[in-house]
Amino acid sequence: MVAKKLRNFFKRILFGLFKQKKELKLGFYGPPNAGKTSLANRICKDFTGEEIGSVSKIPHETRAVQFKEKVEIQYKGRKMTFKIIDTPGIATKIDYENFLKFKMKKKDAQARAKEATQGVIESIKWLDDMDVVVVVLDATQNPYNQVNITILGNLLARKIPVLIIANKIDLRKSNIKGIEAAFPEYDVVGLSARYGKNMEEFYESIFKLAKRVQ
Amino acid sequence: MVKKNISKGARGFSISFLPYSEIRGLDSTQRIRKILGIILKNNILIIQGRLEPEEEVRLIEDTMAMIGHVKNFRGIELAVISGNNNSGFFGKFRQNLVNTIAGGDIGVLTILGPATIVKEIKKDPRKIELFLKK
Repeated sequence: MVAKKLRNFFKRILFGLFKQKKELKLGFYGPPNAGKTSLANRICKDFTGEEIGSVSKIPHETRAVQFKEKVEIQYKGRKMTFKIIDTPGIATKIDYENFLKFKMKKKDAQARAKEATQGVIESIKWLDDMDVVVVVLDATQNPYNQVNITILGNLLARKIPVLIIANKIDLRKSNIKGIEAAFPEYDVVGLSARYGKNMEEFYESIFKLAKRVQ
Repeated sequence: MVKKNISKGARGFSISFLPYSEIRGLDSTQRIRKILGIILKNNILIIQGRLEPEEEVRLIEDTMAMIGHVKNFRGIELAVISGNNNSGFFGKFRQNLVNTIAGGDIGVLTILGPATIVKEIKKDPRKIELFLKK
C-alpha cells in the first residue's frame, strides 16, 4: 500500500517535470504583410541569435511555412521552450498584377502568386497542429477584414488559445483601440515588431497563454 | 434563388440571393460547390446566414487551388455582416434558441464575389461597402 503510494507520488513528479519541458508549438497567423515574420524574427533573434525568414514590403514574402525549434524564451526568471512556426499570410484573393506594382517582372509575379496560393493552403493545413497561436494584425488596417474573423473563428472552434497582436504601433495611423473593439473577447497587445517596442508585454502575455495549455 | 440583373454601368455580372432554406440541407462540400458555381459565373452572391468557420477556410482553400487553373480567376472577396447585437446572458440565450429552431444563424448575411469584379468589401460592424472594379 505504502509502496504503491510512493510509486504514484514519484510518477506524478516525473510526469510533471517532463510535461513542463514540453516544446509548445507557437504559430504566427494573420493576413499578408501584417508583420508575422518580423515578430517571429524578433523573438528568434532575441533568444537564438538567428532569424527565421526574410521580410519585404511586397506582400506574400513568406510563401511556405518556416519554423525554428527549441526556442527557449526567458523572461523575468521564467523559461519556456517553443517551436516557433511562421506561416504564410492568409488571403481570399491573390492577383499577380498586384506584384507588378513593385516593379516585378510578369513571369516572376506569376510565379510568386502561384507559390502564395500554395502557401495559404499550407497555412490552413497547419492550423490543427498548433498549441497556441499569435494572430498578428496590422494596426493601421481595418480589423473587420473577414480573413481575421475566419482565422479567429477556426482557432476558437479548435479550442486553441489565442493572443492578438496589434502590430506597427510605431505608425501614426495605427489604432489599437479599433482592434480591441473589434475583438473584445481576446487579449490584445500593441507592439512594433520592427523596432522591438513593447516586447515585454508580449512575452508576459505569451507565458500567460502558454500556461493555459500546460 | 432570386437573381437580379444589373444592366447599366456594370456589364458582365449579376447579383444573386441565396435564401438559407437553399443551403440548410446541404453538407459542407455541397455548400461550397454551390457557392463557387455561382461565383464562377461572375455573380455577386448574397447568402442568408453564414458558413461554419471550417467551411469558410475550406472555401478559401478551394479558392486558392483554383487560382491559376481557372481562367481569369483571382480569388474571392468575402464579408459577413450580422444584424444581431445581443449581449448578456438572456440575449445570447434567445439568439441561440432562434438559431437552433431555424437550423442556422439567419440574422446574418454573407456577401461573396469574384475578385475580378469586386475590388474590396469594406466592413465596419454595422455596414458593408462594396467597391467594384471599373
